[in-house]
Amino acid sequence: MNKTVSTDELLADDDGPLYVAHKKVYPQKVSGTFRRIKWGLMAVCLGVYYLLPFVRWNRGLGAPDQAVLIDFPNRRFYFFFIELWPQEIYYFTGLLILAAIALFLMNALGGRVWCGYLCPQTVWTDLFYAVERWIEGDRRQRMKADAAGMTVNRAARLVAKHAIWLMIAWWTGGAWVLYFSDAPTLVKDLATFQAPAIAYVWIGILTATTYLLAGYMREQVCVYMCPWPRIQAALTDEWALNVTYKYDRGEPRCSVKKAIDLRALGEKVGDCIDCYQCVAVCPTGIDIRDGAQLGCIQCGLCIDACDSVMRKIGRPARLIGYDNDINVQRRIAGKAEVFKPVRARTVVYASLIVAVCAVMLYALLTRTLLDVNVLHDRNPVAVKLSDGSIRNGYTLRFLNKRGFDRVIAVDVDGPANASVHVVGLDSVTPDRPMIIIGRDQTTELRVLVTAPFDEKAEKSVPVTFRVTDIGLGEVATATDHFVTP
Amino acid sequence: MSEHHEVDSVSGRTTTGHEWDGIKELNTPLPRWWILTFYATIVWAIGYWVVYPAWPLVTGYTTGLFHYSTRASVTEELANLEAMRGEKMKVLGNASLAEIEKDPALLALARARGKTVFADNCAPCHGSGGAGAKGFPNLNDDDWLWGGSLDQIMQTIQYGARSGNAKAHEGQMLAFGRDGILKPDQIVTVANYVRSLSGLSTAPGYDAAAGKKIFAENCVSCHGENGKGNQEFGAPDLTDHIWLYGADEATLVETITNGRAGVMPAWSGRLDPVTIKALTVFVHSLGGGK
Ligand code: SF4
Ligand code: SF4
Repeated sequence: MNKTVSTDELLADDDGPLYVAHKKVYPQKVSGTFRRIKWGLMAVCLGVYYLLPFVRWNRGLGAPDQAVLIDFPNRRFYFFFIELWPQEIYYFTGLLILAAIALFLMNALGGRVWCGYLCPQTVWTDLFYAVERWIEGDRRQRMKADAAGMTVNRAARLVAKHAIWLMIAWWTGGAWVLYFSDAPTLVKDLATFQAPAIAYVWIGILTATTYLLAGYMREQVCVYMCPWPRIQAALTDEWALNVTYKYDRGEPRCSVKKAIDLRALGEKVGDCIDCYQCVAVCPTGIDIRDGAQLGCIQCGLCIDACDSVMRKIGRPARLIGYDNDINVQRRIAGKAEVFKPVRARTVVYASLIVAVCAVMLYALLTRTLLDVNVLHDRNPVAVKLSDGSIRNGYTLRFLNKRGFDRVIAVDVDGPANASVHVVGLDSVTPDRPMIIIGRDQTTELRVLVTAPFDEKAEKSVPVTFRVTDIGLGEVATATDHFVTP
Repeated sequence: MSEHHEVDSVSGRTTTGHEWDGIKELNTPLPRWWILTFYATIVWAIGYWVVYPAWPLVTGYTTGLFHYSTRASVTEELANLEAMRGEKMKVLGNASLAEIEKDPALLALARARGKTVFADNCAPCHGSGGAGAKGFPNLNDDDWLWGGSLDQIMQTIQYGARSGNAKAHEGQMLAFGRDGILKPDQIVTVANYVRSLSGLSTAPGYDAAAGKKIFAENCVSCHGENGKGNQEFGAPDLTDHIWLYGADEATLVETITNGRAGVMPAWSGRLDPVTIKALTVFVHSLGGGK
């Protein structure tokens, strides 16, 4: 049967939104163990982010003295004592692999602890909430003010809040660009409007994104935009510790007074008094008592909230805690709790982390500061000379990663009686071309290797270019083939 | 629009009021963001008509606010490119050929420019790597018909050989057989003699003394007494291992019978002087340059 409805109802229903209408979350202030951990981690993360560009590191004359610097124009990356070249991009691959496995390991141990404590979205949102609370008051006041509508006082407060937010956001963008240029100089240039336009553009972009993401989108980023909750759900297992409402202890919910009476009668009552404190403090606005869910970022704030409630009513703490369903079930069955931080999954992740670290460390410690790459001429592969001898052409790229010019000798091992010639170079030592490579530079040269024709020789023999630093004796080699037509 | 809106009892949604054969249409509007995007595209399109050439007219088209045209923008970009190159090419123009080869940075620049020009202009005959082919010299080796020094290479590129240019290299291999100067059996004999000059095997029973005599009477004027060739006429060295047309007896007989006169076009006028300079350095640095 059809019924007629009012136009108001219609309008409300009209658009059939694609996702749930935004419900504003007003997280309440909370204090406790996890809140303290979060403050501590926030201080560390933001401290590192904002201050690192100002840390100096002496690399000698002419080299930048910034400890962490991504030098795009000169294609160098500096990290304290490490200087990386574009050719060594695999170190970054290694770091990304490490980051991924570390995330997996965290997830296997404590669920989405990354989300709750370390993710930039969480850290900055938390900071923005702190500012909001400082200026607009706690949950109740904010809700009341929102409902009451605009007053002069409120307008002033809003202006103040957004100003501080924008300042934080602006400084976040500002710190970002400092990683790409000498920080003190750039700060000065920015202040005097001398800095390159691209710096202002990036500061603008990051100011906007920080302000929008941490000030407005907040938990929506975690729930709608971030892929990690979905991936995480597929990666987790039943032993991972998640923020869990221990329903075995909490249910049935019951008011304090009634609970005392019922307990006196020896009846089973739960510890949860249905006070909604855990919901009030949740930055994503969910009710953890509904069980594990996508919205929960494992920040532990509901644990702190419930703990203080339990303290007040004289019941044991950790009605909500890092736990898992296995233990809930075991307690219901009257068995002891078990925690298995060491299991196949975590052992594999941990050993992978150790292995990748070891490989990277080995590569880093054994990396050479003199390098040579070789590319054989493709067309023609080999050339027959008028005296019948055979010549092959190569392009050699020399890399001098040291901070001074070096004299390099080029030798070649390969076909019998081979001679080597560098195009464009009249060598003082005819059989052993010597070249100079500028400090911190690459040089590309065309090198010709000539060998007498030998009918019995193989069509293709390996040829090794050995380049030797005359001063230091450092040697680098590259191998290719010498081909006879 | 119908006056009253009904709610479908099954889906709980309103209907549009349209009905066909008892089937009613549910009112399922597009999501608002979609509609807004749609309006935004309309606004965008109007802006586009105004700013860019858009509407074809009978004899032309609306040119838009800025008279933008892709053709003009390509021309402009090309001009910019030339201007950009001009700066660097000026340096090449001012340096001598030898100076360019000595300076690694200039050499790299000349080679880079030379390589692209070579690919565009020279590769059809000499191959993309300059390896040549039958009748088209390999530019990587050390055998040069007209000389392999920087200056000689530049001259050959500028004016060519038998190109019709007044300054072109001239000189040709005569058609000894076709013109009746030598008889077929003499040609075979001298062909074998030429093979022997570079240490190649000769046909059994061939008369070396007769070959030498024919060679002395007909060939030394260009190829020299010892068959070492003469770069003035582009006469190849017959004692080395490099053969432009091939060294087997049949090919040699063909060469001697009908002669040879390959043509290298003149590039001066077609390529600007700096480009020819870059090309010269590139060819020289292929490895055969003297
Ligand atoms: S804070 Fe604790 S007692 Fe209060 S509703 Fe949440 S779980 Fe129950
Ligand atoms: S449910 Fe608890 S742990 Fe999860 S996001 Fe909310 S407050 Fe944090």
